[in-house]
Amino acid sequence: MSELSLAYHQEDNAEAFGGDVQDYVQLLKPRVMSLVVFTSFVGLMVAPGSIHPLLGVVAVLAIAVGAGASGALNMWYDADIDGLMQRTAARPIPRGRVSKNEALTLGVVLSILSTLVLGLATNWLASALLAGTIGFYLFIYTMWLKRSTPQNIVIGGAAGSFPPMIGWVAVTGSITIEPIVLFLIIFMWTPPHFWALALYRCRDYERVGVPMLPVVKGPDETRLQILIYSFILFAVSLTPAFIDLGGLLYLTMSVMAGIVFLYLAIQVFRVREGNIADAVAKKLFLYSIFYLFFLFSVLLVEHVVPGAFYSTGFKFGF
Amino acid sequence: MTEEELKKRKRRSIVIGLVLAAFVILFYAITIVRLGENVMNRPL
Repeated sequence: MSELSLAYHQEDNAEAFGGDVQDYVQLLKPRVMSLVVFTSFVGLMVAPGSIHPLLGVVAVLAIAVGAGASGALNMWYDADIDGLMQRTAARPIPRGRVSKNEALTLGVVLSILSTLVLGLATNWLASALLAGTIGFYLFIYTMWLKRSTPQNIVIGGAAGSFPPMIGWVAVTGSITIEPIVLFLIIFMWTPPHFWALALYRCRDYERVGVPMLPVVKGPDETRLQILIYSFILFAVSLTPAFIDLGGLLYLTMSVMAGIVFLYLAIQVFRVREGNIADAVAKKLFLYSIFYLFFLFSVLLVEHVVPGAFYSTGFKFGF
Repeated sequence: MTEEELKKRKRRSIVIGLVLAAFVILFYAITIVRLGENVMNRPL
């Protein structure tokens, strides 16, 4: 019996009896949710104005559940390839713990609930942005881009970039330059982050026919693209300091963290052979996660700790 | 259904019940907070 037919055989069992509670939690991609929770929380905290603490908690919770719903819908649609990839083979649907229909139902119900709760607790612009993000991740990224173009994660990365903007809009009710800059930081961070992973997981994607950049254009082109996007990310990461969203502390820390990011990207570009090439790609992938958490943490500290914010004096009006 | 499957179903039902209860409390709390703001801001 092939892996694929085994997966579908197991799924029949899941259809009849359903999975355990932790299987449904796994469908929500808890690790991705943690990044969403954190970035949306920072967006909410650095926004001007105030929000009732309970509504703030509900807003972050709703954004996190919306992200979880996207994860469940993604696993529903990608069940055919997940079982064939090492990275995703242990997910609940390929393992036969949860049926595709259950994942779809959970995803749809949570999408509706999360957007409804966010709208009721904060405002309908934030709710519309959350609904748009879920729709973009499912229809544009998962169903269309992922299997059709090596630019899949560049454009699809927009979905993961929205949470801080939604957090911001939950407080202010409007979109200004600051949440757009927060959006752009994550948007430019996504390609080097995912391509570093794809470099050492390339065979997985090749097997299932997902046209990730290393599969279609080769690892060398991917290394060049990682380097280009890392330089763009470096420049974009400094912009909060020029619109008074970040202060001197942010400027200093983002320059230092960015230099380390660039150093690792250059290492990935230079080291191309053997296990060491995979090792440096993995190092960049892991560092990129820390990097994003770090940048947003510094922004948070500057806005929460009294006296931590010193304007850089470079204020451009928008 | 086997013993294990019955246990799984029971666990699922308990969690669904708890989530529904949490939603009732959540909607109540959101209503109170938002209503509170509006009551405070109403023209006298």
